Amino acid sequence: MSDISSVVPSTSAAKPRGRVLFNYLKRDRLALVAVVFLAILVIAALLGPWLMGDAATKLGLRHRNMAPFQIDAGWLYVLGADTLGRPILPRLVVGAGNTLGIAAAAVFTSMLVGGLLGLVAGYSENWYSHVIQRGADIIMSFPSLLLALIVLYTLGPSITNLVIVLAITRVPVYLRTARAEVLELRERMFVSAARAMGANSARIILRHIAPLVLPTLITISAIDFATVILAESALSFLGLGIQPPEFTWGAMVANGRGYLSTAWWIAFWPGLAIMLTTLSLNILSSWARTVADPQQRWRLQTLKKAAR
Amino acid sequence: MLHYLGRRASYSVISILGLLTLVFFLTRLTGDPSALYLPLDSTPEARAAFAHLNGLDQPIYIQFWNYLADLLRLDFGESMRQHRSALEVALEAFPQTLKLAFVAMLLSLTLAIVVGSMAAARPRGLFDRIATVVSLAGASAPDFWVAIVAILVFAVGLGVLPTSGTGGWEFWVMPVFVLMLRPFGLLVQVVRGTMLSSLASPYIKTARAKGLARHTVVFGHALRNSLLPVITVAGDLSTGLINGAVIVESVFGWPGIGKLMIDSIIQRDFAVVQSTILVTATAIFILNILIDLLYAVLDPRVRY
Repeated sequence: MSDISSVVPSTSAAKPRGRVLFNYLKRDRLALVAVVFLAILVIAALLGPWLMGDAATKLGLRHRNMAPFQIDAGWLYVLGADTLGRPILPRLVVGAGNTLGIAAAAVFTSMLVGGLLGLVAGYSENWYSHVIQRGADIIMSFPSLLLALIVLYTLGPSITNLVIVLAITRVPVYLRTARAEVLELRERMFVSAARAMGANSARIILRHIAPLVLPTLITISAIDFATVILAESALSFLGLGIQPPEFTWGAMVANGRGYLSTAWWIAFWPGLAIMLTTLSLNILSSWARTVADPQQRWRLQTLKKAAR
Repeated sequence: MLHYLGRRASYSVISILGLLTLVFFLTRLTGDPSALYLPLDSTPEARAAFAHLNGLDQPIYIQFWNYLADLLRLDFGESMRQHRSALEVALEAFPQTLKLAFVAMLLSLTLAIVVGSMAAARPRGLFDRIATVVSLAGASAPDFWVAIVAILVFAVGLGVLPTSGTGGWEFWVMPVFVLMLRPFGLLVQVVRGTMLSSLASPYIKTARAKGLARHTVVFGHALRNSLLPVITVAGDLSTGLINGAVIVESVFGWPGIGKLMIDSIIQRDFAVVQSTILVTATAIFILNILIDLLYAVLDPRVRY
């Protein structure tokens, strides 16, 4: 893959490729909506705390359990207010930052750790390769939520521990993928060449093999993001995730659980936000699979002809 | 065959032992259970007596050694909360989860095979689009949220289903539905994907050219060859189903292994935590072996 792109001048190759992808995206309206939603979400998560961080934590006992779709109290209250009179819309925006931030940190950590361990386990045949693999088997063979519950209860719930726990449960995915790729790559000519020129194992792994494994891992991490968001929300919902005064969408659902019959909106909106985010991510990854698969890509191409 | 099973079993025993070791030390780190089980004003002597009674006053490696020795004698310790055999407590809760998971898995597998095959039969058709969106939504839905929205609508709003507990069929509807969502969503995608590639293979053209009916080709010829990856994914999902069970059981008050596990962790009932893990891990191990055997039945090329 990479040797082809190095033959073709990169400037002329990169531009049409991006445009082709964008054209595919325009054909699939669902994927386009997903991209727009995610873009808005990321912008809101980045700018939100700066724009309305105060409003999210300001108590307003006059607005306690205010019903949604009223703008008398200002547009911040359009989705209603929670039991302490805090408006839900700004809390959703601030919660988005926490939810996405924790998920991103966990995905990145598991990709880094899992990728490195996978590179080692794939490249060498020593005893520690076997230990690494058995370790991954143990984690994979057990329900991740239960493992996370035990570890979190031991270490105590905090944001750092939450990230560590979420990362541990996802490490095997990257580890196995990286190992499988390395097993094939290490037999290639360029690795033998590097070894013949006297490169040591660390250099071969990091400079020659890792760059070829990375694209696959990044692809997986995009799909994994939705899984991690769901796992974090579930942990926070059970009360072992993020702790007050910090909150994520999952913790917001947990807060509203006790008020279901009197104020349904407290638990409803954050859950809907989780659902829309993970749905967008899944739609996007399913679209990416279709585009990447030549057997299915012709469907998008024939659509293009029909549209003209 | 026997050789394969033996190797598989020894790997699993190592995994389970590793898991139990990990959990043993992790749970011991959570703190002293006497703080939870004795009154706040109890004397240091009473605390020491409690610790001695439960073997908590010894160094942790001795405790671990005792635990392993007890395991060999099939003694899994006593529940501090209920004062009876921890294994008994775990084995009592396990069938409840198993029933729930079995019904949910069977329903989602059947539904997913039918819906996925129909979607793949006419790709990009109306049914395919609806099925794709519904299955993606199912796979993305946070189960705890769907559970409480379902309670809000069907129990609080319409009052047609009970909020929680066990009993007749009406207690099963919401837990099974919530537990089905994720496996159903993911399985539809897998069935659709493998069916698409099966339907594109030459032997399907031959079957169609022979003049066989469309549904005979889809369900008779293509489906059988697509089942293998579907079974693999279904097996992986079964492990994940326990995750869903933890949520579903705690929201709907279902007295299964997930609820027991959460309660025991929070109450530092170490022996029960370890027994639930042992029971769950053993069940998953047996399931994996059954799936391997199923491969050999479904695909005559597979031999162990």
